[in-house]
Amino acid sequence: MKNKILPIILTFVFIIIFFVFYKGLQNSNIYTPKVEFKKIIPSFEAKIFDSDDKISSNQIFNREKFYLLNIWASWCVPCREEHPYLMNLMKNKDIEIVGLNYKDDIKNAKLFLKELNNPYKIILSDDDGIIAIEWGAYGVPESFLIYDNKIIKKIIGPINNIRILELEELIK
Amino acid sequence: MASLIGYYSLIFGLCSSFFIIFVSIRNFRNLNNFDNKIINLTFLQFFFVIVSFLSLIISFVVSDFSNETVFNHSHTTKPLFYKISGTWGNHEGSLLLWLLVLTLFILLFLLTSKKQNKRYRILTLLFQQIIIIGFFIFVIKTSNPFNYIFPVPDEGLGLNPILQDPALAIHPPILYLGYVGSSIIFSSTLAATSLNYIDKEWAKHTKQWVLVSWIFLTLGILLGSIWAYYELGWGGFWFWDPVENVSLIPWLALTTLFHCILVLEKRLILTSWVIVLSISTFTLSMCGTFLVRSGILNSVHTFANDPERGVFILIFLFCLIFLSLLIFFFFHNTENKKISNFFWFSKETSILINNWFMMYFLTVVLVGTIYPIFLEVITSEKISVGPPFYNKLIVPILIPFLLVMAIGPKLKWIKSELQNKISLVLFLIISFLLSIFIIRNFNIGFLINTILVASAFFLFFITLRDFFVRNLKNFSQNLAHFGFSLFILSILFNNIFSTEIITNLKIGETHVTEKFKINFESINQKNEKNFKSIVGKFNIESIDGVVEILNPELRIYNQPNIVTSEADIKTNLLSDKFMTMNLVQNQEYFNIRYQIKPFMIWIWISVLMISFGGLISLLKKNEK
Amino acid sequence: MKSLKFFLIIFFLNSSFSSASENNLKIKITKNLRCLICQGQSIYDSDSNFANSVKVLVEKKLDEGLSEKKIYSYLKDKYGQWILYDPKFDKNTYFLWLLPVFFFLIGGAIIFKLFIIKRN
Repeated sequence: MKNKILPIILTFVFIIIFFVFYKGLQNSNIYTPKVEFKKIIPSFEAKIFDSDDKISSNQIFNREKFYLLNIWASWCVPCREEHPYLMNLMKNKDIEIVGLNYKDDIKNAKLFLKELNNPYKIILSDDDGIIAIEWGAYGVPESFLIYDNKIIKKIIGPINNIRILELEELIK
Repeated sequence: MASLIGYYSLIFGLCSSFFIIFVSIRNFRNLNNFDNKIINLTFLQFFFVIVSFLSLIISFVVSDFSNETVFNHSHTTKPLFYKISGTWGNHEGSLLLWLLVLTLFILLFLLTSKKQNKRYRILTLLFQQIIIIGFFIFVIKTSNPFNYIFPVPDEGLGLNPILQDPALAIHPPILYLGYVGSSIIFSSTLAATSLNYIDKEWAKHTKQWVLVSWIFLTLGILLGSIWAYYELGWGGFWFWDPVENVSLIPWLALTTLFHCILVLEKRLILTSWVIVLSISTFTLSMCGTFLVRSGILNSVHTFANDPERGVFILIFLFCLIFLSLLIFFFFHNTENKKISNFFWFSKETSILINNWFMMYFLTVVLVGTIYPIFLEVITSEKISVGPPFYNKLIVPILIPFLLVMAIGPKLKWIKSELQNKISLVLFLIISFLLSIFIIRNFNIGFLINTILVASAFFLFFITLRDFFVRNLKNFSQNLAHFGFSLFILSILFNNIFSTEIITNLKIGETHVTEKFKINFESINQKNEKNFKSIVGKFNIESIDGVVEILNPELRIYNQPNIVTSEADIKTNLLSDKFMTMNLVQNQEYFNIRYQIKPFMIWIWISVLMISFGGLISLLKKNEK
Repeated sequence: MKSLKFFLIIFFLNSSFSSASENNLKIKITKNLRCLICQGQSIYDSDSNFANSVKVLVEKKLDEGLSEKKIYSYLKDKYGQWILYDPKFDKNTYFLWLLPVFFFLIGGAIIFKLFIIKRN
């Protein structure tokens, strides 16, 4: 009797393992920190771009409006590609774009904006990358759609056509 | 042209499987002697694989970009050596290497087993053919190295410069000889189990194969670590990365298997265990292949991730598992478990206990590697399992492991008394005192560190003494165990006594600490063939007046567009001085990392000693 | 043999190896954090932008007086459990920690049984 139990148990165990692996293959491998529920935006203090003044987050974000926090840098190639979409989005009166200039040289950043225009209502400087971490970002470009002091949507990577349409849907 | 030959050679190779199976089964059933046609056919199959492999190499060498694999992984400006090694540095090409080793090993097996039972040889061949056919189909259907692309591009996508390194170039072939070589152990064990052929004779001859596989696997892992240390630029050599773990797991199984076979050879016990281990080693290798190539795990390795391939390997793997289960439970006779003498204090027991410990290490590494997958599938939570996990679980058991390893070889088979108890106790005390001294003197507070170092020292002294006392008897075993003690000691001292200075420096600046003055003297920029080189000159003066000059380098490649940091490493027997320099975004200064790593070179030397011990054992048996 | 041991002791007396450098805690913490944009490197090992930012952050938090645990939970809150290399012992990881121990005990039990049988 004992001799029959072991093979049965083992077979059973291996079948389970098989299905777990099989299911595991279907899962995506790219890790995106979960933003299932609407997280409250971090409260922080940041330096205003091109000045020595500081501003705190509750002065920037008003509860009744939509905001897009866009993390960018002049040295970031995909940021260039997404910039025209931001310029377009600026025209939408329901949303304001807040820029977070990430680990950038101020001269280069200014040149970038001069060349591609400035969609940002206000730009903050994040010289050591800590504010980006407050938001749970880990690269450039990344954008956050905010309403009522909550993060509605997080976009990792450059904004493109599809994402712009998603954003516009959500803003309505 | 080469692609055409290569592709059809694969097809012919697959077809020859069917001829082999046909002739073998016929020979199995009749009463004739072993049919030498089988060897010829096996050789033919091997020949086809070689032709295919050579065709791919040629395609790489001539930069034939009509071949999709060559296009993806090569470049006209790559040096010849790396064009050749690029052949197996990708998914498709490395699978050809799998086939090469599979077919080569079964051929060698047939050639060296002429005195063995005919049915056993044929059955081994048949089981191996199952694996071979599986891989042929896998390659031809999902991972063809000979796909055409049209129009033919002018230039390839170039191999990552990090992978253009001599150690990394020979790492796959050597590793595969071990990893894939365990297939022969798998096949011959299944064959022997089916025929109830597991006995001392079988153990003796299988031991050779275990040793061969084990030596190559040890060297392969060593090469991988050496590459990581010299090339990757952060001074580490083992990260408990899933791909590393996946090579370590079969190694642990093989080492355990080897010791079990020693017991089986002498006393005909532990047969079930030997069978289970033999099957498991190759199964674990296959499982590792699955984990690494299917994209299910996140790691440093650059194999393309393709779920379709993953599904194939998964199904194949589990077919092998269920086949093994079937044969084991159906055929394995557990009647001869009548062991008349089994005493507590004997060599078998010490081997058994250390087997138990090694299986524990194996489960730690296996669970740590696979668990995140299970968790994610079941709960969608993603966790990381890193060095803290492995260290916490392995270190406590490493201590008794080292102690048993020291005492075990001194015990006799069947029943033993401990001779020279006094000297053993003396060594134990000295080891303990020495480690207390070292650890307390250098302000390391951990009790476990002390005991661990003491255990390693104990093994060290015992095996060292045995070199002189017992002469050439069991030299290979002593060398391997001594090497292991040295390995543990080097790692421990390296961990405990490594120091590091990280700072940002502009050219001309000096960073001063308690013990060092680091002066960033100058940089030298040069344009090489496919990269721009920036070499920094650093003058490091230590508090006792010793001056070193180190020249870490930054390489800015244009194809592909990446920056690599080449460490400058000054090695001597006592320590390595390791320095890297990195660009900081948008700043004029560089980020400098200077590390002093004691006994680094002993880590490599000790592993070489271990392999060498195995090699001597292998050669010694062949002489008899 | 004895002279060898003596030599070793003297050697260690004279060696200029010191114990781990300053910033012990910072190193320990950053070694335990995963660099999320790298493939299999810790924050300590990596020189990427993200890693450097986290290093600055850890230093800042340490200066502010946060404990090691608090820093881990701050980062876990931002990025999930995946950023930590040391899996916590919670309901998700019971099996992770206990499974090897379980097999260890089973192995021990089998060996023990082997002896009991043989002894009789």
